[in-house]
Amino acid sequence: MRAAIEGSAAIARAVAMCRPQVVSAYPITPQTHIVEALARMIAQGELRAELVSVESEFSAASVVLGAAAAGSRAYTATSAQGLLLMTEVLYNIGGLRIPVVMTCANRAIGAPVSAWNDQQDSMAMRDTGWLQLYCADNQEAVDTTIQAFRIAERTELPVMVCVDGYVLTHTLEPIDLPSQEQVDAFLPPYRFSRALDPRNPISIGNLVTPEYYSEARHAHHQAILRAREEIIAADRDWAAICGRSWDGLLAVDGPPDARLGILTIGSVMGTLFDARQAHPEFGAVKLIKLRAMRPFPVAELIGACAGLSDLIVLERALSPGGGGIVGAEVRAALFEAPSRPKIHNFAAGLGGRDMPLDLYPRLLARIAHEAPVQFAIFDLEPERLPPQER
Amino acid sequence: MTEIRIHGRGGQGNVIAAYILAQAAFECGKFAQAFPSFGPERRGAPVTAFVRITGVPVHRHCQVLAPAFLILQDHALLHAAGITQGLLPHGKILVNWSRPIAPATAGNGHQVVVIPAASLAMEYLGKPVPNTALLAALLTLTEMLPLQALERALALRFAGEMLERNLSLVRKAAQMVPAGLWKEAADARSD
Repeated sequence: MRAAIEGSAAIARAVAMCRPQVVSAYPITPQTHIVEALARMIAQGELRAELVSVESEFSAASVVLGAAAAGSRAYTATSAQGLLLMTEVLYNIGGLRIPVVMTCANRAIGAPVSAWNDQQDSMAMRDTGWLQLYCADNQEAVDTTIQAFRIAERTELPVMVCVDGYVLTHTLEPIDLPSQEQVDAFLPPYRFSRALDPRNPISIGNLVTPEYYSEARHAHHQAILRAREEIIAADRDWAAICGRSWDGLLAVDGPPDARLGILTIGSVMGTLFDARQAHPEFGAVKLIKLRAMRPFPVAELIGACAGLSDLIVLERALSPGGGGIVGAEVRAALFEAPSRPKIHNFAAGLGGRDMPLDLYPRLLARIAHEAPVQFAIFDLEPERLPPQER
Repeated sequence: MTEIRIHGRGGQGNVIAAYILAQAAFECGKFAQAFPSFGPERRGAPVTAFVRITGVPVHRHCQVLAPAFLILQDHALLHAAGITQGLLPHGKILVNWSRPIAPATAGNGHQVVVIPAASLAMEYLGKPVPNTALLAALLTLTEMLPLQALERALALRFAGEMLERNLSLVRKAAQMVPAGLWKEAADARSD
C-alpha cells in the first residue's frame, strides 16, 4: 500500500512487520520517532513484542545481544553518541556473530556537539564486525530493514541499516509499505543454531587464548565477506515479492561509456540524480551508490568504474589526520584494477550542512580544471576560521 | 514543482502543517515531500518546515532554497531578519494575523494576505493552532489542490467530532480569502 508517511514511521512499520520479539532502545534524536512508534504499537497490542526500557544505549545493545543469543528476533535503533556508547557491546555482538538488526539514524558526533546529520557515527563503527547497509531514501530504508532481518539470520551476523537522520527519518514522502503477508513469505520465523538453551547448555563469549584468536578473527572476516551473497539474494528475493530491487551491494546509474563518475553513500544520491537532469551540459555522468560498506564490494566497484577517467568520491565523514574513509577504501579497492580513474575525494554535508542541487555542477566544474585532491572538505567556508586554522 | 516554506514557533504545529499539506497533495495523486528544518526543536523557538508538490517523483533530499509561498503562523516573524530570503520574485506571503498589514511595512515587496487563523481555530477547535485555517486559505488562494484533498488529509489524522470541527474550520477559512488570487504564482515553476 502506498502512503505519504514520515520516514521514521515507515521504518517502524517495517520493523513491526518483521515480528521482532524483543525491542530495546534508549531515546536519542533523530532515532527517537522510530522507537516511539514501536513502543506505541506494543502498548496498543498491535505488535506482540517485549519492549525493554533501559537507562543507556550500552544496556540497549546488551539487551538485544542477550535476547538474540537466547533465540529471540531482536531490534534496536540509535544515533551518534548513543552509537558510540554501544561500541564495546557492538564488537561483542559482531565477534560473537549474533544476528541483531539495528537502525542507525545517522547523526554527527561531538565534539563540537551537533544534533544534525552526517555519517561519522556509523563510519566509526565499520570495524565492529557488523554488516553495514546505507539507504538513499525512505523506500530503500523500508525494504532494507526487512531484508536486514533475513540477511542477519541467514548469515548469523548483525546488520546495521544506516539512514540519514532528519534528511530521511523526519521527511514525509510517498512510500510503498508491503503487506504482512509479503513480509511473512519473505522472512520465516527466527531459529538460531547456537541459541542459549538450559536443556542443551553451551557457553558463549569465553576467553580465547592466542592459539585460537587469529582463527576466530579469520572466520569472522570470511563470514562477512561471504555475506555478500546473502545481501544480493535478499535483495533479489524481496524484489520478486514487491517488485523493487536496490541492486544488492552497489547501484550504478548512467551510461556505461560515461567518462565521469560520482560515487556516494546515503541520501545525497537523489539530489545528485535530480541535479544531473538539470545539468546536461556536463555530459554523461555515472552515479554510483555504495549500498554495502561492509562487506566492501570490491569486484562490483571495479566493474562500475571501468571506462571512467575521473571518479569523485563524495562522503559525509572523515578520519581526522587520515582523510576520507570511503575514499580511502575506494582507492585501495581500485589499486589492483587493470585501469583506474583519477580519484577526487571530498567530504560535504558534515554536521547537517545542506547538500544542495548546485553541489553537482560545482563538483564537476572543480575537477575539470584541478588535479585530483587526496581529500578536502568541499563545502568548507575557510573565512569562518582564524587564518592559522585555514 | 511548487515549494512552500512554513515559519512558526515550536508548538504551533508547523511540521504537522507541512505533513498535512504534502498528504493532501498525495491524496490528489501528486508527488510530495515535507520535512522540518533539521535539528532540535522546542516550544516557542522559531521553527521552519518545507513542502514540495510536483507531478513527478521527488528524488532530492536538500532544503528548499527558493519557495513560491511563505506561510507565517506567527505574524511577528514577518519582521524577523531574513524571513523572505530566497522567496521567488513573484512569491507570496500568507500570515496568521487579525489585522490588515500595510504592504509597505512588511514582506519586502511581496504580496501579503492575512487571515485570523488562530482566532478561527480558537472558535472552532478551542485552541489557537493556526495551521488548518492557513492551509485552507493557501489552497483557496492558489487553487493548487482542491479543498477536498485537505479534508481527506485531515481525515487521516482526526476522527469524530474533532474531524468535523476541523472541516468546518476549513470551509470558514476558505470563505475569507479571494479564490484563485495566487493561481498564477502557484503555476510558475520554482525549480
